[in-house]
Amino acid sequence: MKAAVEAEAAVGTGAEPQEQSRPVGRPHPLSAYQPALVGGLSVLVFLVAWQLIAEARVVPALFLPAPTDIGDAYRQMFRDPEIWLDLQTSGIEVGYGFGLAIVIGLPLGILMGWYRPLRSALDPFVAFFYSTPRIALTPLLIIWFGIGIYSKVAVIFLGAFFPITISTMAGIRSLDPLLLLAARSFGARDAQIFRTIALPGSVPFILTGLRLGVGHALVGVVVGELIAAQHGIGKRMSDAFTTFNMPTGFAALIMIAATGVVLTVAIQRLERRFDAWRPGN
Amino acid sequence: MTRPADDGIKLSARGVRIEYWQERSRRSFQAVDGVDLDVRAGEFIAIVGPSGRGKTTFLNAVDGLIPISGGSLSLAGRPIKGPGHDRAMVFQHPSLLPWRTVLANIAYGLEIQGKVSRAVARERSREYVGLVGLEGFEDHFPLELSGGMQQRVNLARALATDPEVLLLDEPFAALDAQTREYMQLELLRIWRQTGKTAVFITHDIKEAIYLADRVIVFTARPGRVKLTLEIGLRRPRELRVKRTPAFVEYEDAVWSAIEEEFVLGKTAAIS
Repeated sequence: MKAAVEAEAAVGTGAEPQEQSRPVGRPHPLSAYQPALVGGLSVLVFLVAWQLIAEARVVPALFLPAPTDIGDAYRQMFRDPEIWLDLQTSGIEVGYGFGLAIVIGLPLGILMGWYRPLRSALDPFVAFFYSTPRIALTPLLIIWFGIGIYSKVAVIFLGAFFPITISTMAGIRSLDPLLLLAARSFGARDAQIFRTIALPGSVPFILTGLRLGVGHALVGVVVGELIAAQHGIGKRMSDAFTTFNMPTGFAALIMIAATGVVLTVAIQRLERRFDAWRPGN
Repeated sequence: MTRPADDGIKLSARGVRIEYWQERSRRSFQAVDGVDLDVRAGEFIAIVGPSGRGKTTFLNAVDGLIPISGGSLSLAGRPIKGPGHDRAMVFQHPSLLPWRTVLANIAYGLEIQGKVSRAVARERSREYVGLVGLEGFEDHFPLELSGGMQQRVNLARALATDPEVLLLDEPFAALDAQTREYMQLELLRIWRQTGKTAVFITHDIKEAIYLADRVIVFTARPGRVKLTLEIGLRRPRELRVKRTPAFVEYEDAVWSAIEEEFVLGKTAAIS
């Protein structure tokens, strides 16, 4: 952007009178961290306020544990090796379910975007299942797949699959017709148009689908384990809450949320990498 | 079987008729009817006129993007059946791949044609970066460039495929007046350096006269050649040639041909 502006200026009239020239150039070195700084600060203020309110005991500790109570719960939790089994179980469930949603949803979305007859054939089902509250099918899936990990894999898969498929399809369908015309003018075959225009053009849509999918996957693992499970973080959380062990419940909840944040940030990083060509990045 | 023509005719249109189906009005439209036109090798011709006279439609047919419904259209004696390596189009909109750098965009046509490897395509594209004056911008993305610079990339992408005929569809229409004049000057320089046959579509009479060896005016729809005007201005032409009496005479001639069609009321009926 800068270079273009400079080139324009070199060609342009140039000598406009400037009362006070604002220094144009490098932003303040800390400005890149500004969102992180402000965000971190606001979280800190929130935690301090929470601690103070909890310690003032305006509400009973049963309803609102203090952040320090939750810290204690973590210490206790990780003293018991069982926690690793829970983490591993939930991790595998999300990994399989989300992985399967990508492996099936992505190619299917591409095919549905590319081939109109396939889209027409599958659209009724996709539309139906997308508008169904799929999470409500969890009890059914547990009957089908048992209380082991596979019922949870199925719940997560159903949650993440549709946003991924639908976003990918939208990406393939929203190609710039002018680019297609240019490609055809150079004699591009369908496979070449697909590789050089359809795929790179739909990357932002695909990543948006993945981001939405992460949210659905995490809801899936929690609800699945909440209904019936042998191990898992979601199970641990629901056990804690139903036995009024609020600090442990909150501790598990925060771990799940943190996982979601980490995955979302990772995908955002990826989005930014693929979006390097958009000005303002 | 016609042999590649020896008479110096590169592009030949005989009674070209183009119809297309318009979904909105649910009837087929006669865009071009009976265009006869010969373009000599190395010649620069400009087709000028207001919108809706089938100029772009005709150019798209020459590029092979749309089929003709009648007549014949041939390039160096071979009938045009579809897009081919012997032609390259410079579109009105830059139509660059936004996620590719300038260099990778210029290489795009070559890559698609697959005559050379990707690496060779990029290497060859470097020469065209220089030709269109974009040194130093190889690694920029299109959205970081001004409109004029984007059109330079568009032009370089077409030239890089080394076509026999360069087709230009109002490439400067979206540029501001000064950039546009400058790009005209640049285009003539590049055309002289490469010696390509060029067919240029525009609605700007001055642009047509300034650039072309021959200016063609189409009639109102359906389009047909109404006027062919040889431009005798000496080359190389500088921009100030536009203010000479000879230039103004050409302008008058072209304008009256266009005006006649307006008066006939045909254009008014469509627009």
